[in-house]
Amino acid sequence: MKRVVLVLALLVVAGAALAWVLSAPKPRYTEAEWQALGLSGDAAAGRLVFFAGGCESCHKSPGQDDPLRLGGGLELKTPFGSFYPPNISSDPADGIGSWRPVDIANAVLSGVSPGGSHLYPAFPYSSYQRMTPQDVVDLIAFLRTLPAVPGRAPANDLAFPFSIRRAVGLWKLFYFDNAGLRPDPGQSAQWNRGRYLVEGPGHCGECHTPRGLLGEMDETRALAGAPLPDGHGKSPSLRSGGFLDWTTADIVEALTSGFTPVGDVLGAGMTAVVRNLAELPESDRQAIAVYLKSLPPLGPPAPAKP
Amino acid sequence: MKRLTTVVIALACGIGAVWADTDPIAQRRALMKSDGMAAKKMFDMSKGATPFDLATVQDSLKTLYDGASKSAALFPDDSKTGGGTAALPAIWQNKADFDARFVKFAKDVAAAQAGIVDEASFKKLAPAVFQNCGGCHELYKAKSG
Repeated sequence: MKRVVLVLALLVVAGAALAWVLSAPKPRYTEAEWQALGLSGDAAAGRLVFFAGGCESCHKSPGQDDPLRLGGGLELKTPFGSFYPPNISSDPADGIGSWRPVDIANAVLSGVSPGGSHLYPAFPYSSYQRMTPQDVVDLIAFLRTLPAVPGRAPANDLAFPFSIRRAVGLWKLFYFDNAGLRPDPGQSAQWNRGRYLVEGPGHCGECHTPRGLLGEMDETRALAGAPLPDGHGKSPSLRSGGFLDWTTADIVEALTSGFTPVGDVLGAGMTAVVRNLAELPESDRQAIAVYLKSLPPLGPPAPAKP
Repeated sequence: MKRLTTVVIALACGIGAVWADTDPIAQRRALMKSDGMAAKKMFDMSKGATPFDLATVQDSLKTLYDGASKSAALFPDDSKTGGGTAALPAIWQNKADFDARFVKFAKDVAAAQAGIVDEASFKKLAPAVFQNCGGCHELYKAKSG
């Protein structure tokens, strides 16, 4: 009997040790690797990356209209609890003003903080990991030009066990596709640009792709529509239903002015998306439209089992 | 007996019609739909997709004014859910702001009605009307199918 207890205890310890090792944060770059890329950032180009990425939708200080005041703190309600996106202004203490470029790159591309802990995937690095290093460098150059905003966002308010930050490492083992994005040489440059914007910085799938129990995106039904995390309404399917009737010009118009071909005006979270995408050159919205129109239509999901 | 049946059916239809007529969710959805169609006509013109036509613009503005002045009253406390509504709970948490937006919308439409006499004044005044749509939808309308 004593022996059984001993074996069980050893198994528990071994299991915990294994989980600890497996859940270790893995930043994409060391400082030396990042330096070796030899990239330099351009703030004007980074401004476009900023709006393509919709950074301000979550990080803008609530209660004011300036998209470049990034004090954070807007509540994001999800089934796992409330997230409060942090201050990413250039404030050295409360924001990210004192982060090294490689720190920002690792946060955006691999969801790891400068202190070496996991960031929650409410920060859409599952999509941002597809961004090119050049876009990230440009984005950093632009963020550096923005004003410092003092003040910290409230701490996340998450239900157990989601409150265990280290556990995000296990989630990443299963669900974080850290593969980047390779252009498809069989497709046009415009199509590839569209896919890059949709799957990378634009992070469209974060709302439009249905998620599983642990918040993982169901890539077999990419962009097929999903309920919004706060439970109010849904992000419509971009691969079935009325959207299939939209022309490329309709999509470009909706992403520029919000007006849809049926006389509706995009609301809720899409209002900010439109506001951001309207800052991009028209060619980028065209590319997004061309890519979306190229997606194979999908039927409705199989009915849930009783 | 036949007559009684007829009367009962007639009554039922009448009550049904009156009920639909007083159902605020159905009413506001119908108003919003005609608002959308009206705005779309004007929007297509402002983009140059359709030729400018003053009569159509004034017709559309009339529809929008009608929607703007009647809609705010169609969000009573007991109409938060059901009927396929895309209304968000935020409406009732910020009722004063919500109502004020309809007042501003009606005011902007009225200014356009008075000021639009030709294509140039249309191009100048229409954007102020359109701006009302997105501002309100962002805060108060859920995404839908």
